[in-house]
Amino acid sequence: MSTLTFTLNDAPTTVEVRDNETLAEVLRYRLGLTGTKIGCNEAECGACSVLVNGLPIDSCLYPALKAQGASVQTVEGLAPEWRRATGDPAALHPLQEAFVQGGVPQCGFCIPGVLMTAKGLLDRNPTPSDADVRAALKDTYCRCAGYSFILHAIQAAGERVQAQRTGTNGAAAQPLLPALPATQPPLNVIGRPLPRPDAVDKVTGAARYTDDYVFPGMLHARTLRAGVPHARIKRLDTARAKALPGVVAVLTAADVPGEKNHGLVVQDWPALCADKVRYVGDAVAVVAAETREIASAALGLIEVEYEALPVVSDPVQARRPDAPTVHATGNLLKHIKVRKGDVAQGFAEADVILERTYHTPFYEHAFLEPECAIGRIAEDGRVEVIVGSQIPYQDRSQIARCLGLPDDQVRVIGALIGGGFGGKEDIAGQIHVALLARVTGRPVKMLYDRHESLVFHPKRHATQIRVKVGAKRDGTLTAVETELYGDSGAYASLGEKVMTRATTHSAGPYEVPHVRADCYAMYTNNPPAGAFRGFGVTQSAFAVESTMDLLAETLGLDPVALRRQNLLRVGGVTNTGQVLRESVGITRCLDLVADEIKRRPAAAGQPAAASRKRRAWGLALGYKNTGLGGGAPDKAGAEVELYTDGTAEVRTSAAEIGQGLVTVVQMCTAEELGLPPARVRVLLSDTDRTPDAGPTTASRQTFVTGNAARLAARTLRQAVAATLAERFDQQPDNIRFEEGLARFDGQAVPLGEAAQLMQQEGRMPRAVYEYWAPATQPLGTGGDMHFAFSYAAQAAEVEVDLDTGEVKVLHLIAAHDIGRAINPLALQGQIEGGMIMGLGNALTEEFIVEQGRVVTDVLARYKMPSIRHAPPITSFIVEDAVEAGPYGAKGVGEIASIPTTPAITNAIYNACGVRVLKTPVDQDQLLLALKRGDREVA
Amino acid sequence: MAHWQHYYQPTSVGEALTHLQHHSGAARVIAGGTDLLLEIQQGHRPPVAALVDVTRIPDLVTVARDGDWCYVGAGVTHTAIVASAELAQAATCLVESCGVIGGPQVRNVATLGGNVAHALPAGDGTLSLVALDAEAEIAQAPGAGQTPARQWRPILDLYRGPGQSAVDASRELIVRFRFRAAGPGEATAFKRVMRPQGVALPILGLAAWVSVQAGVIAAARIAVGPAGPTPMRARRAEAALAGQAWTPEALPALADLVVEEARLRTSPHRATAEYRRELILPLLSRALTLAVRRAVTATSAPEAAEEA
Repeated sequence: MSTLTFTLNDAPTTVEVRDNETLAEVLRYRLGLTGTKIGCNEAECGACSVLVNGLPIDSCLYPALKAQGASVQTVEGLAPEWRRATGDPAALHPLQEAFVQGGVPQCGFCIPGVLMTAKGLLDRNPTPSDADVRAALKDTYCRCAGYSFILHAIQAAGERVQAQRTGTNGAAAQPLLPALPATQPPLNVIGRPLPRPDAVDKVTGAARYTDDYVFPGMLHARTLRAGVPHARIKRLDTARAKALPGVVAVLTAADVPGEKNHGLVVQDWPALCADKVRYVGDAVAVVAAETREIASAALGLIEVEYEALPVVSDPVQARRPDAPTVHATGNLLKHIKVRKGDVAQGFAEADVILERTYHTPFYEHAFLEPECAIGRIAEDGRVEVIVGSQIPYQDRSQIARCLGLPDDQVRVIGALIGGGFGGKEDIAGQIHVALLARVTGRPVKMLYDRHESLVFHPKRHATQIRVKVGAKRDGTLTAVETELYGDSGAYASLGEKVMTRATTHSAGPYEVPHVRADCYAMYTNNPPAGAFRGFGVTQSAFAVESTMDLLAETLGLDPVALRRQNLLRVGGVTNTGQVLRESVGITRCLDLVADEIKRRPAAAGQPAAASRKRRAWGLALGYKNTGLGGGAPDKAGAEVELYTDGTAEVRTSAAEIGQGLVTVVQMCTAEELGLPPARVRVLLSDTDRTPDAGPTTASRQTFVTGNAARLAARTLRQAVAATLAERFDQQPDNIRFEEGLARFDGQAVPLGEAAQLMQQEGRMPRAVYEYWAPATQPLGTGGDMHFAFSYAAQAAEVEVDLDTGEVKVLHLIAAHDIGRAINPLALQGQIEGGMIMGLGNALTEEFIVEQGRVVTDVLARYKMPSIRHAPPITSFIVEDAVEAGPYGAKGVGEIASIPTTPAITNAIYNACGVRVLKTPVDQDQLLLALKRGDREVA
Repeated sequence: MAHWQHYYQPTSVGEALTHLQHHSGAARVIAGGTDLLLEIQQGHRPPVAALVDVTRIPDLVTVARDGDWCYVGAGVTHTAIVASAELAQAATCLVESCGVIGGPQVRNVATLGGNVAHALPAGDGTLSLVALDAEAEIAQAPGAGQTPARQWRPILDLYRGPGQSAVDASRELIVRFRFRAAGPGEATAFKRVMRPQGVALPILGLAAWVSVQAGVIAAARIAVGPAGPTPMRARRAEAALAGQAWTPEALPALADLVVEEARLRTSPHRATAEYRRELILPLLSRALTLAVRRAVTATSAPEAAEEA
């Protein structure tokens, strides 16, 4: 141990540390300053950024003793410093205020690092240019990708810092609310930009994610992963690990008392593998020990002998008759079929037939918060699991099943979630910590490091997609045939559902008379593939939208006109036979984007003729269902309670993964009760206290849980009105609810008093509502497979360097039909974040697996877009309401990510004449194609 | 992280060498640690008994000018190099290359000496030092009763192979670098191409130094990497340039000479050899054109990196 003496947030601080601790560890685990986050432990993501002597550093890779004698500032020190400087005891630092008001925090996990990096910048330069901010934040990632908001907030804050420094009036500073796209006139609450209720906690460091929880006597757990892609377990011996001092428990499959497997759809995923491992991330044993170091050391003492089995490494190979089998049931997870009309006839009628095959790799969610779960035994003997999960109720049932307990003996409590994007739907450490807590009787924390997170959790499906399209000379589509292979990896996860969505959407948002689509979702020995924002449609949209541009070129037609004449419209019939009766805003989206491109011709900004850089626009469309669809019951519950102090609380187990559900339910409740939103608290994700809202997936929560909150609040309002009507002898209809008051006949009763009246009458001022979305039909029945679709048109302006193959996105344009903008601030955050993620899908990201072995096993090998990649975005909102949606709203979470990739690859073709049939765009292959005169990169 | 046991923060070269010697090979010098700690943590290097932090030794954290010579301490951070007005003029390529390494957080702790000790053939700072024809001062632990010896070695002598430094980690320490500041008619430039996906290493980097006297290239130095196991000087191209009037038309032939001399190879998930061959001409063209323009116009503002 050594003594570390330094200045921490302006206070002299002395702490005993081990020589090998990092500054992040000392701050978080010795000093309890958990505002500083650890995202990667490899100085890649910037989440752990703190200031040392005024300069931002990655504290996760900074030996604590390096800070000897230094001045260290963390996010917890921001507001106090500003309060001392200004004498205002309640103030937040202008950066914090600008982040809150400017809608910057989404999941919030990156925010402390972004704030501290920005603080370092503003201390040196309070009036940074765009380029200054982009340079300073280059390696401080936000996976929700609110980069334009971040840029705006830092500059707006800088103006206020400068005003304070120079003693001038900051009134001239730009507003904290960023410019937002136009939306229809708001209601009282709905339709107005609203900062998140958790935003202040997220900018002060008070926000608690799972690893920020500490319990007395807590043990630390780690998981032994297979490390081999396919093998039989010949021998497993934990004796030496158990004998290591400090180890409290080592569990294997034999210690799982209930069901051995878990799984969201198919229970095929062993909690702990007994006889066979199917991918490198398979869990073989778990250890709980007094410290994380001891638990890690114990893993090395577990002896496992494997007999290697042949590896199934891609879905095409998996379908061959001679392929090794991953599961006893065979390698076919599901053959998915879409049939409409007769494609043979459709192709016979065609003047032109085109066919191409596209490939997409696995992609990684790279949520900045690695998975963490804590299990403990509550005083009543039940098992409690604290976890940031997208599906708390299914976590509960999966934990209970493996523990051999009834569901009600398990409680799942949601912590804040540092990003999900679909990657926190499956079980990670939840079952393991529950098991270990039961065995040891002590709280147990299982925290994955980034490496483990990358290796373990399900990815976006790698696909091979063949598209064959037939059209008349005038551009009318006559037939589309697609064949998809989806690599679902070692376990089913949501693979069947994801690939179904990929398949049903594989002919694009077009009315096509004859469609035939076949998809083979296959098991392989790769990491499982599951949900990831876009849910399969990201891949199939790339294929079909590339093909549409090819078709336009072949026919000599304008790609916009070709698309417009084939678009789905109200009255149209989708590939699955669904008649669209309302809310099809795709034509409007296309027109808005096409018009905006015309206002911004790429040639206008074209580099000088001598330059070897070429610019062009490219465009693509997309559509995406809202809700589970396919006949699955889609429901969500919410409870609203009114308190005598005039506040209300809305409770639901929908997950807040950064997308803004928290303001959606807050606003719906406030609108219906006539309360200011600030008086509505939101409680999420506690299976004891919040009703089941189903999974946070399929862009469904605004629709289903928004509706549940709206209708619970409306039910409660009616109950309040009934009470007041009796009491004051009024018609209930005469009672208006506004600004926290119930008004009638010139009287005004505060809602707190109304709540009191209800209590006096023995009625609880509380209502629960279970909302059931309109019923849907299974694929193949020809009915309504989905209750709503969102639509988008996007365009990208790119610049291709003909000498190096480098591609840069200069500008993005988007129009999204999302039914109704509930909170335009959060909506724009989702749109921009989704598009930047789409840009990453096109240009920067690729999760590489070779023969079942994960190559991308550190974050340094997985580049997500940084602020330097994020171009200006011109965004339009189309509000083509869906009748059953809350105030007309439908989903937005996924659609924004879907057309971006083909818009970019189409732009690349328009710029340099090379069509990319495989993502991500490889500048190496692009340049070589240019040099060889090839027209396509396959 | 239990990857090392002791952390020393010596304030003199002698003290640092004593720690290294005491642990007889089981200690490692650490400056910023951004490469070293990752390699230890990810198991690419064995855990060590001790880390010897050299960033509190005054000699190692100083940038100085003495006549024609510039001295840059091995423990000077990339941020400090980028901020140095002196170096911006005297060694523009060094400022440019140090400005593109990692992100700001990494540059605030990572040092030039660390870049050299890491011994990658494409180290950005490394390539600039090679183009500057720099030397490194190495301090060596003394035998019994002797004082530490210091010795200047040519920069290229510090490289054995990819990731293998010729500096003996058990008893040697890089103290500082020196090179001649750009004189009249002399200038430098650095350019590189990155891959947007995957590895954080450059696909190819190139640093150039030129001396343009009376419209003629009096001398040139070109450093390229990765173009072999150690950083490479493109000596044939340098020779072909020397004594010639500057003309962009000569670039393709010069690029051919660089390609001939370079040992370009395919690195999985990073670049094909063929792609690297194609990049030589644009990189050479960009760096040389810029360096010549700087030399002729006597301007030296480092270019901000455009890459993401």
